[in-house]
Amino acid sequence: MKELLTGGEAVAHGMRQVDPDVMPVYPITPQTPIIQGFAKFVADGRAHAELINVESEHSAMSAAIGSALAGARTMTATSSQGLALMAEVVYIAASMRAPIVMALGNRALSGPINIHCDHSDSMLIRDSGVIQLFAENAQEAYDFTIAAPRIAEHPDVLLPVLVCLDGFTITHASEPVELLADEQVRRFVGEYQVPQPLLNVSAPATHGPFAMPDNYFELRRAQASALDAAHDVIALVGHELKFLTGRPMAAIEPYRLDDADRVIVALGSTAGTVKDAVDELRAEGEHVGLLRICSFRPFPAVEVAAALADVTTVIVLDRADSPGGTPPLHAELAAVLFGSDSTLRGHVYGLGGRDIHPSDVRDIFAGGQPAYFGLRGDECLV
Amino acid sequence: MSELMDWRELPIAGVVTPETATPLHTGGWRTGVMPEVELAACVNCLLCWIYCPDSAITLDGTTFTGFDYDYCKGCELCAEVCPTGAISMVEELA
Repeated sequence: MKELLTGGEAVAHGMRQVDPDVMPVYPITPQTPIIQGFAKFVADGRAHAELINVESEHSAMSAAIGSALAGARTMTATSSQGLALMAEVVYIAASMRAPIVMALGNRALSGPINIHCDHSDSMLIRDSGVIQLFAENAQEAYDFTIAAPRIAEHPDVLLPVLVCLDGFTITHASEPVELLADEQVRRFVGEYQVPQPLLNVSAPATHGPFAMPDNYFELRRAQASALDAAHDVIALVGHELKFLTGRPMAAIEPYRLDDADRVIVALGSTAGTVKDAVDELRAEGEHVGLLRICSFRPFPAVEVAAALADVTTVIVLDRADSPGGTPPLHAELAAVLFGSDSTLRGHVYGLGGRDIHPSDVRDIFAGGQPAYFGLRGDECLV
Repeated sequence: MSELMDWRELPIAGVVTPETATPLHTGGWRTGVMPEVELAACVNCLLCWIYCPDSAITLDGTTFTGFDYDYCKGCELCAEVCPTGAISMVEELA
């Protein structure tokens, strides 16, 4: 049965059904409805987590590491400045291989201060070694919340998983969302088994040791290999989840790519807008399509290359800039397409929550648009 | 000391499990001076044994016998606390 839920409420329901043991969290717009919803479930006895009202996001992630490594299934949530404050500890969570699940309500980083959506917060921790899944809508944010513990806790992975949902566009907009039965989710996620519990006094161990130049490099490489392993695990868990939901879940979503000569590559809710424009243009006989990146980290380079093999023009939409360099998604596509015959162009769009409409997407497909799309005064066309 | 491992062999997250430090002969860290004892002056108070941070005072039962130079780092604490001056630091020959 479908319920009318905001993305934030849908994620809170997903968290309630996963029923984590510990939830250290600090409120921040636009994530707040998630933890607010979850806290209500705890207060009503419908979820059983120990909610820890920490004094900052830095503490939230610190508490989450201890809790996850001690053997408690641990979830948290944040946005933007919260993630920026947490960033130091996010790197440590990944290196300590703590399978924490975190919902990230994507919001532009300050400054200027802004509360609306872009992906600059995600990109801030791009290289931290965490998995980042970008949801297109509330339904997928819910699905990812159910899948995330299985991916995070897989013995080949053991990494934090971020469920990224666009601030306001997804966190606060109501959509029909189909929830699984509580029992289905409980069985799907199973019991969390930590490989080496932090507080096991019969097998004491030092977690997070100092690594000198003789071992640091090797430990970083081992951590990177866990992200490589996550490719297969995401595919596996997505496949299993599809048996329950009937909805596909994979690292990429190719949309109407057959015979497409121009394809937009995008993350998050914008993909939904692109799909509408693609449908319109297809109805008019144009060969356009969308390749949605669902897993930004690990980046599914092999699948992306295969999906774009016969595409003449690839157009990347980045909702984050890299001042003085190449925007993050554009850089990934440039690497994937290096040496191919495809033409690549890219636009930075939607910073600080600036809207993008199907008519904008049509303009982008048509070409001759500014590199900074939707910006007043930009004359640099691509 | 164990050999350096390649990245596939290292324990996940570099977690360290307890091991003995006995094979590490930290006495090699001594720089210049080492303790020496004049046994005739020793009153067997065992203050040196209590204070030695490296467990490098050797005993026979409860009787002081000397130093374990494999682990003595030459910190001079034993000579400092010895109430009779039986322990003195002498220059170590290379």
